[in-house]
Amino acid sequence: MTDLTAAPRRPDVAGVRRRSSAGKIALRWGLYAILLVFALYYLMPLFVMLTTSLKSLEEIRTGDLIALPREITFDAWRTAWSEACTGIQCEGVRPYFWNSVLIAVPGVIISTLLGAVNGYVVAQWQFRGANVIFALMLFGCFIPFQVVLLPMARLLGLMGIAGTIPGLIFVHVIYGIGFTTLFFRNYYVTIPSELTKAAKVDGAGFLRIFWAIFLPLSLPIVVVSVIWQFTQIWNDFLFGVSFSQAGTQPVTVALNNIVNSTTGVKAYNVDMAAAIIAALPTLLVYVVAGKYFIRGLTAGSVKG
Amino acid sequence: MARWFETHLPKMVLAPSFIAVLIFVYGFIGWTAWVSLTRSRLLPKYEIEGFIQYDRLFDSPRWDTALNNLFIFGGLYIGISMVLGLILAILLDQNIRTEGAIRTVYLYPMALSMIVTGTAWKWILNPGLGIEAMVQGWGFPNFSFDWLVNPDMAIYAIVLAAIWQSSGFVMALFLAGLRSVDTEIIRAAQVDGIPTWRVYTAIIIPSMAPIFLSAFIVLAHLAIKSFDLVIALTGGGPGYATDLPATYMYAMAFSRGDIGQAASSAMIMMLVVFAIIVPYLYSELRAKND
Repeated sequence: MTDLTAAPRRPDVAGVRRRSSAGKIALRWGLYAILLVFALYYLMPLFVMLTTSLKSLEEIRTGDLIALPREITFDAWRTAWSEACTGIQCEGVRPYFWNSVLIAVPGVIISTLLGAVNGYVVAQWQFRGANVIFALMLFGCFIPFQVVLLPMARLLGLMGIAGTIPGLIFVHVIYGIGFTTLFFRNYYVTIPSELTKAAKVDGAGFLRIFWAIFLPLSLPIVVVSVIWQFTQIWNDFLFGVSFSQAGTQPVTVALNNIVNSTTGVKAYNVDMAAAIIAALPTLLVYVVAGKYFIRGLTAGSVKG
Repeated sequence: MARWFETHLPKMVLAPSFIAVLIFVYGFIGWTAWVSLTRSRLLPKYEIEGFIQYDRLFDSPRWDTALNNLFIFGGLYIGISMVLGLILAILLDQNIRTEGAIRTVYLYPMALSMIVTGTAWKWILNPGLGIEAMVQGWGFPNFSFDWLVNPDMAIYAIVLAAIWQSSGFVMALFLAGLRSVDTEIIRAAQVDGIPTWRVYTAIIIPSMAPIFLSAFIVLAHLAIKSFDLVIALTGGGPGYATDLPATYMYAMAFSRGDIGQAASSAMIMMLVVFAIIVPYLYSELRAKND
């Protein structure tokens, strides 16, 4: 696994530029200017969302898209949180926000635990066929989920958990273990197998070795797995919209319903406030633990 | 007994996950494949009738639009994201003092839900109040930027938002690739007086071929699965001008009540993913075993 954030800078290529003439300095300023323009491009939608959410509808209609609010009002935020209509119900995104929490927390914990023990087995307790099993699980990460939607809908119905939060947790765990197993497997593979062998000689068993040796070493990869799964589950829309019903929808589905509900006057400020509320948890995770977030993103794509 | 238990414990630990994957991935794919060969409509039927659903699918103008859109969207999204990502990575590789902060800014959209991204861009591209209205207000009354409501252009609006979301991620991939190139070679090239741009085009970029492949695979995979962004940004409209295979499948499964069409379109999606992923995974696993 390549840790992008820890990638050392390379002074060599640029170092030549240190002996700079006026032209080189101008080039340098141009470089910073281009980077700044792109930074503004990436920040612009967030900026527009934030300012729009703080404007009154009147100001939105008469004002400029990128203008700062003349008068800051938090009415849209209040409405988005507890009053906005997602169809016939008008309770804001609050209940759906908590639905997402109720889905994500158990989903993350269960899939991470399963991934940890699976990865431990595949990396350290090789038996005949273990690699085939791992390959089959890995492959499950890449299927387009459309191909399992129909049978899953039927199965959830048969199990009596269609349209429920436990049903959504179940789905997220099932389709998350491929990735979590991959994370832990790739991490545990780097731990020398002599360690396991020595512990075995000392009489420690499968569970004790995991508990006393591997688990204490696992903090970084647990963080990667938790962040990855949390982002995946929180941002999920396809499963949420397919397997929920009124009252159990996650926040992404509620947000889409608020934005596309056709009743009444279009309240763009409320839409934007609701969108920021829906985005806040994953944005927060990114800001606080960006390093681990990127590691998860690249685990499956960068060779390692 | 205890010994038997101990030796088989690893298998028993792995078994539940493996069985779950067998049923919920491979079993379910089998179910979908089976149903795609039947006359299922509102309810699944299990008598195999051949490829009638696929015939219907490829006769459908809506599916035709969805596939065309996938090629337009996929091509532009992958191509532009990779070019932009590479340029940004090279620019950031020039010993930029604020590199960490800039990288954080470029990459944050990847943490957002596609529904949030769609909502934001839907507002920005709103002809009445968004960019179009803003530029008109600046004194260009004839300025037109109506991609979102123009059936011929709406798919490009989706491309625009999708590139915004993931080009920073491609940048991060390429930056890691640039940094993994052997510095000794680069130093030697510089001692020989080879200009920086030649160092990039002749040495660094060619040695990054595996990263290009990785980025392509990830982006292609994202493109085929694209669903939320279309739903949030255009809802597949105007009409079904921005339908993609994923939204077609969803419409057939949950609003049209046409399970046969849903199953066959899902199978086509999976075949496309297979065609891209299988050779990649195969080469990856082989390389690892060597």
